[in-house]
Parts: sequence; C-alpha cells; structure tokens
Amino acid sequence: MRNTSVTRRGLFGGGAALGATLQSGSALAQSPPPGAGAPPVDVSLKVNGAQHELRLDPRTTLLDALREHLALTGTKKGCDHGQCGACTVLIDGIRKNSCLNLALSCDDLEITTIEGLGREEALHPVQTAFVEHDGFQCGFCTPGQICSAVGMLAELKRGLPSAVTPELAAAAMEVAETEVRERMSGNICRCAAYPNIVAAILDAAGKA
Amino acid sequence: MPDTIIGQPIDRIDGKAKVTGAARYSGDRRAEHPAFGVIVTSTIGRGTITKIDIKAAEQAPGVVLVMSHENAPAQAPFKQEGEDRHARPKPQLAEARIHYHGEPVALVVADTFEQATAAARLVEVSYQAEAGLYELREGRRLAYPPSKMPNGKADSKVGDLERGLAEGAARIDATYTTPYQSHNPMEPPASLAFWSGDQLTIYCSAQLVDSAQKSIAATLNIPADNVELVSEFVGGGFGGKLSIYGDAILAALAARQLKRPVKVTLTRQQMFSVTTHRASTIQRVRLAASRDGTLTAIAHEVVSQSARMDEYVETAAVSTRAMYAAPNRLTTHRVVPLDLPVADSMRAPGDAVGQLALEQAMDELAYKLDIDPVELRIRNEPTQDPEKGVPFSTRALVACLQTGAEKFGWEQRPRVPGTLKDGQWLVGLGMAAAIRVNLRRPAAAKVRMDEDRRVTVEMDMTDIGTGSYTIFAQVAAETLDLPIESVTVKLGHSSYPDTPGSGGSFGAASCCSAVQQACLELRKKVDAGRGPGNVQAEATSEPGDAFKKFSQHSYGAHFAEVAIDSTTGEVRLRRMLGVFDAGRILNPKTARSQLIGGMIWGVSSALHEQAVVDPRYGSFVNHDLAGYHVPVHADIPAVEAIMLAGFDDKSNPLGSKGVGELGICGAGAAVANAVYNACGVRVRDYPFTPDKILSSILRPNVAQRR
Repeated sequence: MRNTSVTRRGLFGGGAALGATLQSGSALAQSPPPGAGAPPVDVSLKVNGAQHELRLDPRTTLLDALREHLALTGTKKGCDHGQCGACTVLIDGIRKNSCLNLALSCDDLEITTIEGLGREEALHPVQTAFVEHDGFQCGFCTPGQICSAVGMLAELKRGLPSAVTPELAAAAMEVAETEVRERMSGNICRCAAYPNIVAAILDAAGKA
Repeated sequence: MPDTIIGQPIDRIDGKAKVTGAARYSGDRRAEHPAFGVIVTSTIGRGTITKIDIKAAEQAPGVVLVMSHENAPAQAPFKQEGEDRHARPKPQLAEARIHYHGEPVALVVADTFEQATAAARLVEVSYQAEAGLYELREGRRLAYPPSKMPNGKADSKVGDLERGLAEGAARIDATYTTPYQSHNPMEPPASLAFWSGDQLTIYCSAQLVDSAQKSIAATLNIPADNVELVSEFVGGGFGGKLSIYGDAILAALAARQLKRPVKVTLTRQQMFSVTTHRASTIQRVRLAASRDGTLTAIAHEVVSQSARMDEYVETAAVSTRAMYAAPNRLTTHRVVPLDLPVADSMRAPGDAVGQLALEQAMDELAYKLDIDPVELRIRNEPTQDPEKGVPFSTRALVACLQTGAEKFGWEQRPRVPGTLKDGQWLVGLGMAAAIRVNLRRPAAAKVRMDEDRRVTVEMDMTDIGTGSYTIFAQVAAETLDLPIESVTVKLGHSSYPDTPGSGGSFGAASCCSAVQQACLELRKKVDAGRGPGNVQAEATSEPGDAFKKFSQHSYGAHFAEVAIDSTTGEVRLRRMLGVFDAGRILNPKTARSQLIGGMIWGVSSALHEQAVVDPRYGSFVNHDLAGYHVPVHADIPAVEAIMLAGFDDKSNPLGSKGVGELGICGAGAAVANAVYNACGVRVRDYPFTPDKILSSILRPNVAQRR
C-alpha cells in the first residue's frame, strides 16, 4: 500500500480501490464515531538524510507531516487528492504523491524532498536546467515537477516502459521528448510552462 | 534605443528560490502555536439555513472554535457598488441566506488540520431550499444591460447595420457558446492571520495587495493601516486572486477571537465556488463582406452569466470595436442573473472568449468567400480605431500575420477541409488574429542605495509568476548603471508604496515606469553628491492622456496544426506558433513564457476546459483537477512564440505593452479553425470534446459540406 505509483494508471487503480471501500456501508457502521480521531502514533521519518521522531495523528499525510511538522514547505499542497503532482517527493528513490501516503506508512523509508535535492549555492542539475530554461512561472508546481523529473529519469534508466514506449523489453529507455511528456503528465503546471519544463529535463538528462 | 540590461533574456532572479523550495507562499508561512481552520460550504444553490447544529463539531477532539452565521462577529455589509470591486467588504458567515452552491456556511478551527477536517464533517446544516435559476439559456429571458462596464459602454453602434448586412455579397450569422471556466492556479488560496493588539498581520495569496488590504480592513471595520498584508510569492492568479475570499476574512476573525494565529486554506474543490470563475457566454456574430473580402458590417452580441448576488459583465465584444474596419457596426453586452457563484475576471476577461467567437466567424467568412483567412484579415486592417476615431498608438497586426504565415508554413494548408489524412488522423491548419487592450495605472516605487552601492526596490506589487521581480531589477540596474546582482527587489507587503498589483496585463507598464522614475530621482541625488549610503527616492508614475488620444492594444497572430483521431474524435494539437506585437519586450525569456502559457490556455479553451453546472443544484459537478481538464504535458507539443521588435512611446516610458493576457487571445480560435480545416465540420460550442467532433465526422462526405 505504501508504494503507490504516481503514474496515471496507478492513480486510476487507487481511485477504484477507494470507491470500493466507500461502498462497503457495513464497515462504516462498525467504525468509531466520525471525527473522534485515534490515539497519536510514533513515526520515525528519515527525510533528506536526517532522522526525525514524530508523534502524529495517524491521519496525517506525509505531505502535512513534511510541511506542518518538519517545516519543509518546499513540497506543495495543490489538491490533496493525487490529481496535480505538486506534492511529489522521492520515497526510496521512487516518485510519489506525498498527499496519498500516510506519514505512518513511511516509517523507516528514505524520503527526499526538493530541499534535499540541492541548495541555492549547490543546485541539482535538474534544478539548474529549470532556471536556465524558465521551466516555471509562479513556481508552485516546480518542486513537484523537479522531484518527479528526477524520479522519472531514474525510471527510464531502469527500463520501466510507459504507454508510449515502442520497445517494451528494452533494458533502458531513450530520453525522448514523447517519453518525457507522457511520464510527466501527472504533474500539472497551470502556468503551462510545459515546453520549457520538457526542454529543461531533456537538457539535464543529457548532462546527467 | 540600445538594450543593455532591459531587453535581455535574463534568468529569473527568484528562480533559485523557486527551484529549491525556498520561495515562501502564504500557506508556507509559519507562526507560533497555530490553529487550523476548515471551511464548510452550502449544499444547496438557493435558499435559507433553517438550522445549523454545531454541537458534535464543537465536542470533537482538538476543536477550539466553530463559527457560523449565528455567532460570527459583526462585519461590514456586502456592497454591489464600489469604485474598486476588489476592495469592497467581503463579509463571511454573515447571514442565513444562501446565494450559491458551495458558499461558506461554517468555519471549524482545531489544533491540527486533521482534527479540523474531521470535525468540519460533523457540522449539520438544514436548509429551506428554493428553486434556483442555474442555466444560462433558460435565464436568457432575464438578460439586461449591465449597470457598469470596466471599459467602454455596454452597447456601441456605428452606421447602419442592416444596410451593411444587405450590401454584403457574403454573410455569416453564427452563434458561439463558451463554457464556465475556473482559474485553478496551482496554489489554493491560503491565509495565515495573527493579531498583535489591534494590528492584524495576514499572509495571503493576493494579486492586488492594496485592494486586498482595503477589503479586509473594510470587512472588519478597522483602519487599513491596521492591516499588514504580505504576499511575497503567489502560486498563480490568472484573475482568481484579484479579490480575497473566505480564507482571509475567516482566518482574521478566528485569530482575533482565539488570540492565536489561524491558518485557513481553501480546498481545490472549494476553489470552484468560493473563488470566482469565468462566465459562460452565448455570442452571436454577424459579418458581411463584398466579394473582395471588404467587410461591410460587423455585429457582435454577447450574453453572459452574472451572479445574482454580484453583477459582472464578460466584456467579450469590446475589442471587436477596434479589430477590423467596417462602416456599419454593432456590439452589445447583456448579463443574465443566475443563482451561481460569482463570476469575475479570468485571464484576458472579455477578449479571451470574445475572440473565440469573432475569430472563428472571420474564418467562416474566409471559406465562404474563398479568400485566404490571413489575407481576409489584412484586407480589413483599419487605419485608425474604427469606433473611437483616434489613431492607434502602435499596431503591427499585419506584420504578425505575415511573419507567422511565413514561419509556420501556412501555404501548406489544405484549401479544401477534410482532405489531408495521416493514417487514422485527419490533419488541419488554422489561424486567428489576437488583440488585447493595453492598460496602465498609477504606481509608486521606493528605491534606496546602501553604502556598498547595493540598491533595494520596494513596492506592494506582486509577482504571480509573470517575472515582476526580474524586470524591476533590470529596470533599476539599467537606470542606475549597476549590475543586476546589485539590485534587491522587495514586493508584496502592503506597507510598501502602492501599485495597481498584478492584473489586466498592466503590471509591467505601470510598475516599471515607477521604478524607472524613482531610480532617475535617486540618480539625481547621487549625482549631486549624496550617498551612496543612506540615500533614497520615492516616485509615482501615472499614465497621461495618451490612453484617451490613442487606441492602445497589443496584437498577435496564431497558427495551429491539429490532428483528429477519426475513430475517437479526439483532437490533438501538433504544433503552434504565435507572433506578437507587445511593444518593447523587457525580458524575452519571461515574456515568451507568459505568451506560450497564454497560448496553451487558448488550446485548453478550445479542447479541454469546462466547468459543468448541475442544473438541479447549481453546483459545478466536476470541481476538481480530475474532472476539470487542464492541459498536461502529454497534451502540449511544440508551442513557440515570436516577439516582433517594437517600442510604443504612447504606452509608457519603457515602450512596453502588456503580454500576460495576449497569448490566450485568439489562440483557441486558431485551434478551432484548424479543427474545421481538418474535418470540414464547424463546431461552435466550446470546448471541442470528442463527443462533439465524433458525431459530425462519422457522417460521410464531410468535405462537401461547408
């Protein structure tokens, strides 16, 4: 459950499962009264190399744990429903929507946020490319786009195919524009910096 | 004028902060021991709250306050009128009356976000529901002329329309419809408020800091000076953050009552009703032209939704008054009061939807006359503003059209629609012209120089992604002969000098003029021997009468290639080019980003976006980013913008014209016209979703039916 994929296909699968849960009325009847909450849980989060011991409401998402409890506000809440990608982080190197992961399910996993990728004086190559290609305007989706791009480039290296991959069995995928566009489609940019984001990712991939 | 720093494609000076997550948006702000507020919204579209039961919510763990109309503090009443409608009082939870579906009815505040979210579901609201009017077509019988227009009058009339229509050898009489749209900036509006005595500090997502400060102060019945509003980074606006909403007012009210910082954020779903939207329109366009394409008549008549509680007019025919020459003309605007959420400005209000209609009608006329659509527009180029009778400041529309046609390869366009195929795909090329009114407002800036010759610029302007920070630094550096690294730009605090904020594409023109003026005055002081340390200057720059003496607009031409899947009816954009006249370009990198962003909004208007009203309840049913489709990476291939060199000395001292809204104007019509060229079927009901295309293209012999 904790390794939910952020691809569109993965999201649709998750949505179907959620629908099924909501329809089981009998399960709801046996639940504690709504709003009652549950006792706090101890969660050990390893974020950007640092270990944090937190006592959290079990309903706390990884996104809210990062933002409200660890002051790592680079990760953004755009929809809280896994529909926009602004909250994308890397969990054990895999890109995830942090709004769809409960913090307690991330116990002992390696979490990397935008703050862990690079700093202003030592940018990650993808961050540098975003600045040079103006791969953003308002900047709100940007941390998610960059984390997603880093995770996506790793997926290409591992040979994970996408819906537009011609050779499904290839060991490593080519960093082609169509692949990048397909694979980045879980990250919405309302400013519509898409052409610049794709140019930045292709540029960074060449340098990586 | 040689460009040194102004005019260079400089990387955003706030770019590193944005790519590292260091940029602080209002929801990122922190305070000591904050409480979290969650808004509960109405589930009926029209009626009255008969009972609101907050007991269970109040008793839920962590809850510190539940506010409804029964216990909300006194606030100033809402007013329809107001010189600046974004500075009006915005009272929340003020009455039992429900004006629209999704209107705030309660605020639940708790120690944590999770507790507040859970407790918000325990508020039980009973209503006396009334039948509401939710459909534009049905409400059309109530259409009336708007009491006020932001620019121009509701109606305009030149010559004799009926005679002009009769004189034409070819006529078009077509009705186009455009849907409701929701701004959906990536950042949901968020407010963090705290009080120190009678002084309120509020971090807030606001495009217009000055108006927002006044609006909050007016609502709370306190002096504006008692409100310090901070909006240093705004995660997109597009008009959706011109006004402030329940998050700001309720955070301020709750924080005052609890003597504790309170953070309130709208959910993505709430943004569709609690903020504003672009009104749906019905537009009738009539054109008549002689055999050689010379227009003899233009009529553009617009009907748009307006919230019953707050009038707003979608000024869709205003730019039609300046676009093409024709001796006989008519434009009208009517609004229909519906029980829907409040309509307001969304990127290029009026012009964006107006040109979806006018520019498709021009295309229809071109096919009817068998004249190249580019040529038809050139033949109707006016020598002065056709209705105001004043000269244009600068107008390079013909150059945009010609450059675009050449660079895009317009001559490859199939003359007969529905004839170019690529496997299962029907391929087509389309174009449209673009016009956007050029505006400028008074603005002030303060500049100071430290001993080490570092310069700091302060203004209450915002950067909503446009690049304000960067172009102000460019203007200051060039005016003061300093490297851009020596300039710090501070924006978004209400205590800084007043500016008009970000809206209407007037930011650069208004604010750069003020920065330049302040820097010139600072320079005078330095040249006279003052400083460099401890020297500062403040200046206000105002537009003169050049906006009355000249008709001022920015212009463009869009060219699009689309492919339609003949099996599914899905339309895919293949490539797109826009060529623009926006005067002098201050920073080609950030200006291009805004232009291609606008063009993609146009693509979205043509193919993707619509907020759908449930006519039973008056709700926007697809109120999230899964149901409300905006383009994603996979939808957008090569989109390019060319900016023609120019300098408009009537606009402002820097010679620039607005770019932020120009890109969307006409862009959707270019896509729509490409769809016609691809399949030979005219769709006039935006957006062109597969259902509308498929039923048409499955019919045989489409090429003959035009």
